[in-house]
Amino acid sequence: MNWTWFHKFASPPHAYRLLGTMRPWLFWPALAMMLWALYNGLFVAPTDYQQGDSFRIMYVHVPSASMSLMVYSMMAIAAGIGIIWRMKLAHAVAAGCAVIGAWFTVLALVTGAIWGKPMWGAWWAWDPRLTSELILLFLYLGYMALRASYDDVQRADRASGILAVVGIVNVPIVKYSVEWWNSLHQGSSLSLTGSSAIHPSMLPPLLVMMLGFLLFFGAILCDRVRAEILSRERNAGWLIEAA
Amino acid sequence: MSFSLPPGELLQLTGENGAGKTSLLRVVCGLLPAESGDILWRGVSIREGRDAYHRDLMYLAHLNALKLDLTADENLKAGVGLRRDTTRAEREGVLSDLGVARCADLPARVLSAGQRRRVAFARVLLSRAPLWILDEPTTNLDAGGVALIERLIREHLAAGGSVLTAAHHGLLAGHPSARQLALAA
Amino acid sequence: MSRVTDAPGLWSLAGRVLGRELTLAGRHWDQVAQPLLFYVIVVTLFPLAISPDLARLREIAPGVVWVAAMLSCLLALESLFRPDVEDGTMEQWVLSEQPLAWMLLMKTVAHWLVSGLPLVILSPLLGTGLGVPVSAWPVLMASLALGTAALSMLGAIGAALTVGVRRGNVLLALLVLPLEVPVLIFGARAVSLGMTGEAVAGPLNLLAAILVLAISLGPMAMAAAIRIGVES
Repeated sequence: MNWTWFHKFASPPHAYRLLGTMRPWLFWPALAMMLWALYNGLFVAPTDYQQGDSFRIMYVHVPSASMSLMVYSMMAIAAGIGIIWRMKLAHAVAAGCAVIGAWFTVLALVTGAIWGKPMWGAWWAWDPRLTSELILLFLYLGYMALRASYDDVQRADRASGILAVVGIVNVPIVKYSVEWWNSLHQGSSLSLTGSSAIHPSMLPPLLVMMLGFLLFFGAILCDRVRAEILSRERNAGWLIEAA
Repeated sequence: MSFSLPPGELLQLTGENGAGKTSLLRVVCGLLPAESGDILWRGVSIREGRDAYHRDLMYLAHLNALKLDLTADENLKAGVGLRRDTTRAEREGVLSDLGVARCADLPARVLSAGQRRRVAFARVLLSRAPLWILDEPTTNLDAGGVALIERLIREHLAAGGSVLTAAHHGLLAGHPSARQLALAA
Repeated sequence: MSRVTDAPGLWSLAGRVLGRELTLAGRHWDQVAQPLLFYVIVVTLFPLAISPDLARLREIAPGVVWVAAMLSCLLALESLFRPDVEDGTMEQWVLSEQPLAWMLLMKTVAHWLVSGLPLVILSPLLGTGLGVPVSAWPVLMASLALGTAALSMLGAIGAALTVGVRRGNVLLALLVLPLEVPVLIFGARAVSLGMTGEAVAGPLNLLAAILVLAISLGPMAMAAAIRIGVES
């Protein structure tokens, strides 16, 4: 098999230009989808018979929570590719994922707490999903802290990559153990997005919002990876020529 | 940069502090990844034949790799033990060749810097590796010690071994199979 | 010059690494004992901070014993690889033809023998102080034996990753503690089930599963991390 196209794609100048071209095609559709879903979710969707209007924060909480996990998986896969095939671009993608993923996690935690206040009467309850989300945030922060503590970017790439791969093996175990832990304690059994059936008319805005979040993530990732490329290649010839 | 090291020859890297002598030695050992290019040992890239290469290689770094809480003899036994078995008599023989026979049962903590360097060099001798990579082998050694190391290196070359080294001053000056390579800062 | 091919086999190598580590631990047992002392002191703090009432202490005993064990393991990790990297021994390991992952696994086993095992042996004594009944001793010890071994393996990955960083001890805690959450959950739960006389096979099996997973995958991660660590 001929791999030249792959190496061409992964070469910094090419990737830099390609990501720049892709960005608007991701960003503007993402913005439109999020605005549409926000309007429909907040004003059009019917009030929940059990939770009243407070359920509407779901339209931000659920997409953030699912993105937080997806971005972590993507980060680990990119890091794994970077380690195995010694690909600098993959490491740049992993580094870009970390910050965005951590923000999604923070957003999921904050919206979860806001949702929890009317539901449980407290800002924080040890709900299994929120607890796993909190530990996921710790995993992200550990990854970023490890990256930051190496001076040499290549060593930072590989060391943090190993951590990301170890982390992704651990994530399902953490999720399982936290659910197991919660099922034994029978504390606040009302889960935020639990089994309560969702009304069909509530669903389209949610799905569109999730897609919007995904595209938005793509657009921001383009920016971050471009910034990573710039900082790594600051002495390279193609950049000096372009400047 | 390109160089080769035939059996029985010594190549000495020279250059000022910060010229990259140690870094180059570490790249050649395979401790540091090369930015570009490749290193071949017996015709095989060291990335592919890493284990075979490391079997033939003995690296003496700036650090002596001695455990201060172990005696010189225990240090040698454990250090060389990763490669092959040694007997107490064999280890004592090499220690006395290096003039530190009476340090055998002393913890490395109480040895002087020069004595520690000699014990570290004993590990190189005991390893029986054909390729020696020596980073400043004569650091902390007195004149007698330097002469001793030079004699041991000459014997190693005569037996068909190779030596890659970095040193401030000329080792084996005038020896027919000793070459120098200057690194620019 | 001919090659030397009389290198030791895997098991003989394992014996050598274990022997060297245990000898070294014996030469500075005072440092080895420090994390253990820390464990005892942390457990002692809880009755002072909460209440001398055994009924109340009994409720929190599994958590206290486990959190203290986790912190003690964390403290001990700092001396797992760092001294060997700083004195150049680890470079020699990386440059030997021997499988680095295997040597690091053996080093971690030795580390567990001197830091984890004493903690397991000491735990019934501390448990008694917190109102753990004698009937729960076997569960307490079994959960800690499996759990501290898993903590050593997970912690060793973190220790290997931070060995190339100048001051790595807080960073080490940041990396390792989130990874250890499942061990804490299953371990503490096993103890509290054991104290009420319920079946404990479930969490103990889960702990064993985590340990097996950590032993089979951990050493590869450690070896890769150590290679980065000795690059500096």
